[in-house]
Amino acid sequence: MADTRDIELKVNGESHAASVETRTSLGDFLRHGLGLTGTHMGCEHGVCGACTVMVDGEAVRSCLMLAVQANGHEVTTVEGLADDDGTLHPLQEAFWKHHGLQCGFCTPGMLTSLAAFLRDNPDPSEREVREAISGNICRCTGYQGIVDAALDAAKTMQGN
Amino acid sequence: MVVRYLGAEVQRMEDPRLLTGHGRYVDDMTMDGMLHAAFLRASQAHAKIRSIDTSRAADLPGVHRVFTHADLGEKYSHRMNQLYPAPVIEQNKTQYPLAKDEVCYVGEAVAVVVADSRAIAEDALALIDVDYETLPAVVNIMTALEDGAPLAHADTTSNLVGKMRSAFGDIDDAFAKADHVFSAGFMQHRGGCHSMETRGVIARDDPWGDGLSLWTSAQSPYLIRRALATWLDEPEERVRVVAPDVGGGFGPKAGFYPEEIVISLAARFMKRPVKWIEDRREHFMSTTTQRDQHWDLEVACTNEGKILGLRGTITHENGAYIPYGILLPNSSLTPLPGAYSIPAIDVGVNIVFTNTVPNSPVRGAGRPCGIYAVERMIQTVSRNLGIDPATVRRRNYVRPDQMPYETGATLRGGAKCIYDSGDYEALLDKVLELSDYSSFKDRQAAARKEGRFLGIGISSCIEDTGMGPYEGTTVRVESSGKVAVRTGAASQGQGHHTMIAMIVAENLGVAPEDILFESADTSKFPHGVGTIGSRVAANVGPSSFDAAKKVREKALKLAAEILEASEADLDIEDGVVRVNGAPDLSITLGELAIKLSPASALRVPAGFDPLLEATSYDGSSGSPIACGSNVAEVEVDPGTGEVRVLRYSVAHDCGVMINPMIVHGQIVGGVVHGIGNALFERMIYDDQGQPLTTNYGEYLLPLASEMPRIDVTHMETPSPLNSLGVKGAGEGGTIPAAAAIVAAIENALEEYGVEIDYYPVDPQYLTGLIDKGTVQAAE
Repeated sequence: MADTRDIELKVNGESHAASVETRTSLGDFLRHGLGLTGTHMGCEHGVCGACTVMVDGEAVRSCLMLAVQANGHEVTTVEGLADDDGTLHPLQEAFWKHHGLQCGFCTPGMLTSLAAFLRDNPDPSEREVREAISGNICRCTGYQGIVDAALDAAKTMQGN
Repeated sequence: MVVRYLGAEVQRMEDPRLLTGHGRYVDDMTMDGMLHAAFLRASQAHAKIRSIDTSRAADLPGVHRVFTHADLGEKYSHRMNQLYPAPVIEQNKTQYPLAKDEVCYVGEAVAVVVADSRAIAEDALALIDVDYETLPAVVNIMTALEDGAPLAHADTTSNLVGKMRSAFGDIDDAFAKADHVFSAGFMQHRGGCHSMETRGVIARDDPWGDGLSLWTSAQSPYLIRRALATWLDEPEERVRVVAPDVGGGFGPKAGFYPEEIVISLAARFMKRPVKWIEDRREHFMSTTTQRDQHWDLEVACTNEGKILGLRGTITHENGAYIPYGILLPNSSLTPLPGAYSIPAIDVGVNIVFTNTVPNSPVRGAGRPCGIYAVERMIQTVSRNLGIDPATVRRRNYVRPDQMPYETGATLRGGAKCIYDSGDYEALLDKVLELSDYSSFKDRQAAARKEGRFLGIGISSCIEDTGMGPYEGTTVRVESSGKVAVRTGAASQGQGHHTMIAMIVAENLGVAPEDILFESADTSKFPHGVGTIGSRVAANVGPSSFDAAKKVREKALKLAAEILEASEADLDIEDGVVRVNGAPDLSITLGELAIKLSPASALRVPAGFDPLLEATSYDGSSGSPIACGSNVAEVEVDPGTGEVRVLRYSVAHDCGVMINPMIVHGQIVGGVVHGIGNALFERMIYDDQGQPLTTNYGEYLLPLASEMPRIDVTHMETPSPLNSLGVKGAGEGGTIPAAAAIVAAIENALEEYGVEIDYYPVDPQYLTGLIDKGTVQAAE
């Protein structure tokens, strides 16, 4: 029999209680347990960063964290970035404007990584942005649109 | 008044959905009763299967069935179909969907477990016992054709797939009258696609309902439909293939895979939907890749560096089977002579089997290899004659007054390769200016005083884009006034929705937001070809343009009757047909659609059919030839062999740009793929055929921290081959990149006499060349 545990956590502000297999990753739980399929599994060995979510505000690879480890914590996924009224997060707006995405698969991880980064580094240089997303692989864009978007979003967020 | 969208940087219509986590990729989908599959894959590169025991796996709670080749039954016991038959294929080896009695590469599918969850299915894989008898494996293409080499397939006597050749002009005469003949030999290695979304399939079989349906992460749903229907010996009409949101393709998702058959059969046998999602390790082992190609070339030239002829031999690694026929060796040959007017060429290819994953096109297919080879020979001439590489190029370019220029080569499909338009020297001028080429020597000298080694490299390319035969579009105004637009072309991030919406909106007279776009679903549009070879804009562009214009004409004709006005006095704006000068006289497109399809007993207007709709298959009358020149500026640390790309400049001409923002994204992304090929990406097998690079710690992809800012400038020389003047843009960034980087590294290390004969240029390889140069200098 599979080993399971009961967990309680908050995801995008909403409380959830669930019984999960101890071996289930947080990413798989979010996707298949809660139906939040915006978080993407790209490599499942912690390199590509597509599965990045925020746990208590810190960027975390949800393929390397077990769902049971999220017990009692607060998770933010890409679905939780925009306002409740649908207003996009400044990063989402900037990605749209600067063509920071093509296929869109790495995008959720890029957005969550950068959201955590910009909170701690509100006025980054281009080099700092490139280092910040060096743990997120994008195969489509060549990163340029993403970097431009992050720098532009930083400006917008400072203005607010 | 016509609202212009073409040429504007319209933000993508796809993005709000993808940015908020509401994309719909295969693994995001679920179905009632859906089961999950996992594949057992060959652990040996070449072995006989003595026996397979699945009983322990089948007994695991939660496992529904385990299938091997034998379990699929007689009806489904044949090898996969060859999708690209060609007379030069001497040994047409395709694989069984599940290996029968021999495995020929690590990763070949051997069995599949179908279970309640993916985790249980994977647990069960460990309980399958396969008794292998190991056979010798062939891995090295340089020795694969030698007598006594291990054979990739036990029932053959040679590893030769076949030979092909591109030959035109008087090659003997070219070499006889040359002032100089120089030679170069080099290996080119390209990795896999590494789309961030791996492959994945959901199949559902409903024999009493809508037949067999497949949702698959693919570039060519119609090719898969035809291949699957053919393999099953069932009508295409009963097979539906959908490519939903696809997280990157880059070539290897353009084919037809064993898993698409096996998951379909599993769904059929289980009478329930079955999902399989490839994991990243499987992607490394089982998704087709490009890998090794060795070139030995000789170039004949004059004292001034004018090239008279090029001849030589390519050895092309094909992997264990040929799912793409000879598509890659062919597309490696057709770009010869590159951007240059070379009167005589004679280059042959030996295509060889190895016990590695089958070979497939990756962004650019063989074109990056063919262009790299030509550019290496330009560098070779430049180095040996002491003429600046830009000057050698100028002396050899095909000139605008030579257009249309017939190279002598033949494209796949038999058409002559004809350069339709472009000004290659003007593109070079543009990129030299953009990259501050003329002042580079000062930068280089200043850096050298600080002990730093800078280098600069140029690369020019042409790209045959927009291959036919068509990619159709249907445009239909519905009663709400919204416009349904359907095409077969699948998108893997290229922004097809936006591009097509812009074309239709401008030419029909509606807002792009009013377009309801659907694509890549074989049940929604009758036929399509596929998103490969930078072909969509040059095919679906003209067809959507033509279909929109036809709908407009139909709407104007009907509106003229209803409004009692002349068609010439009518205009359509934002979905409303108005009479010029009489703004109160108007009718909406939605109202016109209703007039054409009235309720029962009413009359369809005479001379019309009931739909405000048109379908077009207009495309390009030949392959529009895009072109580009790139300049890379690098810094090399001779102590560590580290190469840092400092600047990268692109001048590109893909004809008329529909959406420059999307073109820019394609070029920049393509360049980075090419830099990855040049410096990082290496799929390594050991001499037993075991893959050694099966995660992203071992196989390096380009990262943001390693990539330079890429400057891009454009020329827009309209192609005369289609109604929009467009040429493809998807691969033009990748094709020239490796040659520019490699030339720049050599330039940086000139004092060490480094000549690069392999890429990716990794630090170990480069320090080896530097050490050799240092020793020679000391002697």
